[in-house]
Amino acid sequence: MSESATPPLPRPTSLRETALCQWHAAHGGRMVDFAGWNMPVQYASIVDEHLATRSSVGLFDVSHMGRLSVTGPGALEWLESMLTRKVAGIVPGQFRYTLVTADAPAALEILDDALVSRDADATDGTPRMGLVVNAGNRERVVAWLRSRLPASGVELVDHTLDTAMIAVQGPSAVDVVAGLSPGGDGTRIRALVNYRGTTATVAGHAAAVSRTGYTGEDGVEVTVAAKDAVAVWEAILAAAAPLGGRPCGLGARDTLRLEAGMPLYGHELLPHSDPFALGLGLAVNLDGRTFPGCGALATMKAGKPARVRVGLDLGSKRSAREGNVVLGGPGHRPAGAEVGVVTSGSFAPTIGHAVAMALVDPAVAAEGTEVEIAIRDARQPARVVGLPFHRRPAGGGKTPVAG
Amino acid sequence: MQKDVRFAKSHEWISPVAGGVATVGISAYAVEALTDLVFMQLPAVGRKVKAGESIGEIESVKAVSDLYAPVSGEIVEVNTALPDQLETLGKDPFGAGWIVKIRPDQPAEIDALLDRAAYEALIGSQPH
Repeated sequence: MSESATPPLPRPTSLRETALCQWHAAHGGRMVDFAGWNMPVQYASIVDEHLATRSSVGLFDVSHMGRLSVTGPGALEWLESMLTRKVAGIVPGQFRYTLVTADAPAALEILDDALVSRDADATDGTPRMGLVVNAGNRERVVAWLRSRLPASGVELVDHTLDTAMIAVQGPSAVDVVAGLSPGGDGTRIRALVNYRGTTATVAGHAAAVSRTGYTGEDGVEVTVAAKDAVAVWEAILAAAAPLGGRPCGLGARDTLRLEAGMPLYGHELLPHSDPFALGLGLAVNLDGRTFPGCGALATMKAGKPARVRVGLDLGSKRSAREGNVVLGGPGHRPAGAEVGVVTSGSFAPTIGHAVAMALVDPAVAAEGTEVEIAIRDARQPARVVGLPFHRRPAGGGKTPVAG
Repeated sequence: MQKDVRFAKSHEWISPVAGGVATVGISAYAVEALTDLVFMQLPAVGRKVKAGESIGEIESVKAVSDLYAPVSGEIVEVNTALPDQLETLGKDPFGAGWIVKIRPDQPAEIDALLDRAAYEALIGSQPH
């Protein structure tokens, strides 16, 4: 019934390659089609890559994600009018998690979740803003945003293909990257708090470094010019390897974000999701603000959701997978009734057994509730637990590394 | 025994019949391709199966794969120690990594499967 705000774009006929694609293929990366990009799902073992990130450092090529700049005298005000998160008041070097929403003729449509940031202002004082969006949504988000650009005063440029982005994640990640940045740059990187960024020279190349990531670990994301990507990647890897660091594929990135309880667009977060039911209320600021879909979001916030996001601990080696149906547990009436659906599930390497995220009826959403998951022919018992499944040790918690 | 095993295109191997029974496992190539094995479901002893029928599951971190009966027959024994030591599948595929023993209805079905050279040609032609 409801029409999409922007027309679907034709699928690319061949896979896109990041600046690091050839490096991955030459170093044992198992390359797969991920949202139209030729990306490594793993090098050898997803479990080893996952655990290296938890204990030391994991390097992830996340260059497939969309990197947009929004500049000009009207940039800040325009983004304030377009995003669910408050942009006014954001200071240079600051990042915020936001949703990108469209108001299709009939309904709210969530186009993506994204990080919005403010870089250092231009020398003439005009703000320079950034957006990092999901690879699979980039073209639609760019098309949507362009359709709403004012006649003048704001320029939107897609830098995805001329830059590369390396996520360096894990308890030793900040030390590794700061160690490759001379003098004050390294000091500024070490001093970054979460969701802050700075420009710096990393391994001799100009970079933007932010204390952000998608693994539940401490770490940074390093953006460089595409031509510098291999040199910077290899320098970071050389510094990380003696600590047990290693390159990681998107398989480990997915198990890490699952343990961290982070939603993934297309799985937990869908075009017509209720973000409040997903626990993403912090990404939606309705206080006196107007942006596409804000009315529909206000209605959602005031209403009672049919399904809410929970964690499920299976305690088993057998995993639940996206789409598996959640059933009421032994005490539920009617017995065996469908109460939800799994949105992401996997063996969780840090935890040692399977966990899942699911959207369930609020009646079974309380922590400790026993449910069952229909996995092919089996009925797997599971317990509702709080998210995240894994939380990194407090106080920076660097794990000692032998040697 | 290794020399005489036959392979299904779905990467199971099966030994020659001895005492009416043949042993079934999966190839080291399949284990290497799957990686990060975490779970295995074995069939019930006594189950009658048809060639190509799913008789179990092997699950990695990324995905679930079916284990298929290479020939028709009856499952007479399963390697109950295997699900708790899945690393054996890769380390000793033709020994401790065996999965089930099957009493084939028609032992000649085994001869119709791929011999080692044909199987190696098959996996050599697949993207690794």
